Amino acid sequence: MMIPACRLEDLPQGEAHRLNIDPPVSVFHTDDGELFAIDDTCTHQDASLADGWLEGCEVECPLHASKFDLRTGAVDAPPAKLPVRTHEVVVEDGMIYVRLSTDAPNLPPCISARLAGGPA
Amino acid sequence: MRTVAVVGASLAGLSAVRSLRKRGYDGRLVVVGDELHRPYDRPPLSKEFLAGTVGEAELALETDDEDLRAEWLLGVRATGLDHAARTLRLSGGREVQADGVVIATGAAARTLPGSEGLAGVHTLRTLDDARALRDELSRGGRLVVIGGGFIGAEVASTAYALGLDVTVVEAAPTPLAGALGETMGAIVSALHTDHGVRLECGVGVKGLSGEARVDAVLLEDGRGIPADIVVVGVGARPNVEWLEASGIALDNGVKCGADGRTSLAGVVAVGDCANWYDPRAGFHRRVEHWTGARERPDAAIAALLAGGAVEPGVPRPPYFWSDQYGVKIQFAGHAAGADSVTIEAGAADDRDVLAVYRRAGDPVAVLGMNQPRLFTRWRKQLAATAS
Ligand SMILES: Cc1cc2nc3c(=O)[nH]c(=O)nc-3n(C[C@H](O)[C@H](O)[C@H](O)COP(=O)(O)OP(=O)(O)OC[C@H]3O[C@@H](n4cnc5c(N)ncnc54)[C@H](O)[C@@H]3O)c2cc1C
Ligand code: FES
Repeated sequence: MMIPACRLEDLPQGEAHRLNIDPPVSVFHTDDGELFAIDDTCTHQDASLADGWLEGCEVECPLHASKFDLRTGAVDAPPAKLPVRTHEVVVEDGMIYVRLSTDAPNLPPCISARLAGGPA
Repeated sequence: MRTVAVVGASLAGLSAVRSLRKRGYDGRLVVVGDELHRPYDRPPLSKEFLAGTVGEAELALETDDEDLRAEWLLGVRATGLDHAARTLRLSGGREVQADGVVIATGAAARTLPGSEGLAGVHTLRTLDDARALRDELSRGGRLVVIGGGFIGAEVASTAYALGLDVTVVEAAPTPLAGALGETMGAIVSALHTDHGVRLECGVGVKGLSGEARVDAVLLEDGRGIPADIVVVGVGARPNVEWLEASGIALDNGVKCGADGRTSLAGVVAVGDCANWYDPRAGFHRRVEHWTGARERPDAAIAALLAGGAVEPGVPRPPYFWSDQYGVKIQFAGHAAGADSVTIEAGAADDRDVLAVYRRAGDPVAVLGMNQPRLFTRWRKQLAATAS
């Protein structure tokens, strides 16, 4: 599924744009001008990676500092142990689109429990 | 280097082991830890684990597929270091020869003299401590927390959510003033009273009363607070007694440089037991925070493997988080050097603030309550400024 995110000109380098879908996905525009999309929720606890510390091709979780590689979703060290999903980014006519991965997301236990129990 | 011994099998020790392998060290690796458990995460012990929402398996710091090719000596205590002979002495009379040593023995909870052997009195540092406390809290009752620092505040918050009747006693006039300063210490610690948890400040504890089991906390002003359970959260001291005869420089922990190098060649210190030189602050400091115990070992391992031939980079400002009453508290930098603190976003009354500490106009620290996005921006800026 292709989802429109925002206009490229509205997403400066070094910034992230969160799509409030369920589960949320974020598009990152790196300082080198590359675009990446990953699941926005940290796999450790309920933190938004769009709020995190972007450096190179990595984003550091704003709470407990696990770093995720934007290219692969891989995590470097605890407390998070699982990677985040990555999604394909397409730019057409100045508009950023995200093609959602069909893999199952790795959501943190607190969120999975909420989803399993239905909306709170 | 053919053998490296890591003493302390927790976050800082594991991070050192990971860094050794990542940096290509291929020799023998011995990890000595006096607890029986594999490395586990301590922050949840006062939060989700105590609340019962996270189990023991989820505390593991290692991943299932991880192979660090290390020999784990668990339930074994290091009792001495003979530097000349490059020998580590262990409990039970064993010895390990090692040409590199990483000291990662952390800190132990301070206790209240005279409370030994009294049932119902707890400290919280280890998984075993947390199991015991969780079992007692599950029975409910009146909890008195001695010490309004971060661990005490988190236990109070978790116990409140479990439905206990909670009182926090703090000797200082303002809790958290040491870490956050008076103004923000008052704002953050007001979370207790917001939730109907009683906060007694500016009064010391004289002792505990009770026969086999505690029944009250006795205050210096003559009052007694009835208690079924008492948690003593009065700080931690570095686990360095075992190094006293080794000749290593000790001073509030193991004295070391910004890169963890100690007064002994081939020996580095990391984590809560290390009193390291902070080039930003201009003095030695011992920082008892998770992120430092995870990140700083990599610099220490680089220095160990290079024999001190690398210049240490300037470390990021110390960072910690705390979760209390559903509020995410984050702090980075060093409040003590500040001459002003201003609230840049949010409002103190809403307990939702981003506060910046400055010295002579330059930011030196930042505090966030439920402000992860803004906090991260400030933290990044703080790391970039060369103060
Ligand atoms: C309940 C609790 C909650 C916390 N919450 C937070 C938080 O929210 N945010 C935050 O930033 N920080 C938090 N911290 C702090 C954080 O957990 C510590 O900074 C971190 O654990 C330090 O890691 P370490 O490896 O240096 O020391 P430790 O974790 O203390 O590990 C040292 C290990 O060495 C062992 N050892 C000691 N002496 C010897 C010896 N002679 N021989 C062999 N082994 C020995 C010890 O038994 C221990 O297993 C919390 C700590 C606790 C206890
Ligand atoms: S919530 Fe991301 S590392 Fe903990």
